[in-house]
Amino acid sequence: MAVTTASPSAPPDPHPALISVLDDTARTWLDESAAKVAADPAAVRRLFPAVRRRCGHARLDAYWTVDEAARAVLLTALPLRGQALADDVTRLHRHGDPAEQRAVLRTLPLLDLGDLALPLVRETLRGNDTTLIEAALGPYAAAHLPDAEYRQAVLKCVFCEIPLDRVTGLDTRADRELARMLADFAHERLAAGRDVPQDILPVVRAFPDVIGAELKHALTDRLTDILKEES
Amino acid sequence: MRIFDPHIHMTSRTTDDYEAMYAAGVRAVVEPAFWLGQPRTSPESFYDYFDGLLGWEPYRAAQFGIQHFCTIALNPKEANDPRCLPVLDELDRYLAKDRVVAVGEIGYDSMTPEEDEALARQLQLAIEHELPALVHTPHRDKAAGTRRTLDVVRESGIAPELVVLDHLNELTVGMVLDSGCWAGFSIYPKTKMSEDRMVEILKEHGTERVLVNSAADWGRSDPLKTRKTADAMLAAGFGDDAVDEVLWRNPVAFYGQSGRLELEEPKPDEEATFRGNSIRRGGA
Repeated sequence: MAVTTASPSAPPDPHPALISVLDDTARTWLDESAAKVAADPAAVRRLFPAVRRRCGHARLDAYWTVDEAARAVLLTALPLRGQALADDVTRLHRHGDPAEQRAVLRTLPLLDLGDLALPLVRETLRGNDTTLIEAALGPYAAAHLPDAEYRQAVLKCVFCEIPLDRVTGLDTRADRELARMLADFAHERLAAGRDVPQDILPVVRAFPDVIGAELKHALTDRLTDILKEES
Repeated sequence: MRIFDPHIHMTSRTTDDYEAMYAAGVRAVVEPAFWLGQPRTSPESFYDYFDGLLGWEPYRAAQFGIQHFCTIALNPKEANDPRCLPVLDELDRYLAKDRVVAVGEIGYDSMTPEEDEALARQLQLAIEHELPALVHTPHRDKAAGTRRTLDVVRESGIAPELVVLDHLNELTVGMVLDSGCWAGFSIYPKTKMSEDRMVEILKEHGTERVLVNSAADWGRSDPLKTRKTADAMLAAGFGDDAVDEVLWRNPVAFYGQSGRLELEEPKPDEEATFRGNSIRRGGA
């Protein structure tokens, strides 16, 4: 069972920040495009891929880049619900390049999709693109991914060196089983004489009973080393 | 010498080709969507192919210092298979993408009613997306096919300067240049057009609105035919400026009409990946 419940915070509303960075031409294009999508959902097919060259792709805030935020504006303008919305979003992801796919994944928490977009998260987690994996493990995955898959996702991040502070929901969803998996991983690494990424230690320490005597010893040594390095 | 190959199917070529092309002066290429030598049987295999033309192949080219753009279309041959036709309904999604600089290859193969329909519809898409069109002329019955293609282009309402008719020869070049369209020539080891014949055509018709390509693919072909044509031009007395016009400035001008030809020399990066995958061997 997950320690879960608290719903992870939603991403910031992209509109206000976007308005302040887009020039007049880009802002007009985006406003008109959102209106076209609201009037006719099929318009999104031509408009969604064109966003990067129309609006730019600089970083907007900690969560969004400009193109991701502008694409979120188009997705949230779709006048669809439920399965119809999921089908359109899925097709945009299917035919999207990596930047378009990141935008879809980052926008999931703003769309009322229930579990219908989980296949997109799962497909991403099967791949090896760390920017996509990071985008997939936001508030939507934290709220909807089943426990076993959430744990595997965290472990995959450790293996592909995605810092765990970029994974949403770890504070509420880390459970004893995840701590056990990470402790076993740490044990394996130490036995091989390799480093253990520091960001797994808080999760492991929150469930002290998963740490066996041998690992405890190794971790204590490691911690002593770190304290020495820091002093 | 800088060379832009305006028509080459790099998906079918090796990394050795990329190295040899860079050494010969090739710095940019356009890869038109075409068939694979054996027919596709469903729309889904087109989508994976288009994704490759927009994803893996530009990544691969950049590792060798070459910029890669593409053109997207349902090709004439496969327009005859009803199983492939749904591709036409999804082209909007791909024609809107950043590295797509034209609609193509479209045109005639056997001049069937199905090909008529696909050609007319895709010329309309070029107009709607404000893109140039790369139009293939048929291998069989070429002169009649070229005349008919020019009629369809005229009827479509697309501006002739936005259209290149490709795979031309001595018998078809005149009518194409007279129409206001661009004239494309594919230099092949044995068929279509040779570099010496190409030089004669340039002498007779001039260097304006002419594109020279290798059209290299999975068949007998040579990705260095652009450079060999440039050398043949120099040997025949053309100057460096004329070579630069035909092999660089002309393709830049033609595809530049898309507004999406952002030329920027790539810096090969050993560590770069596409979707986490790389062209390195062994190691992570």
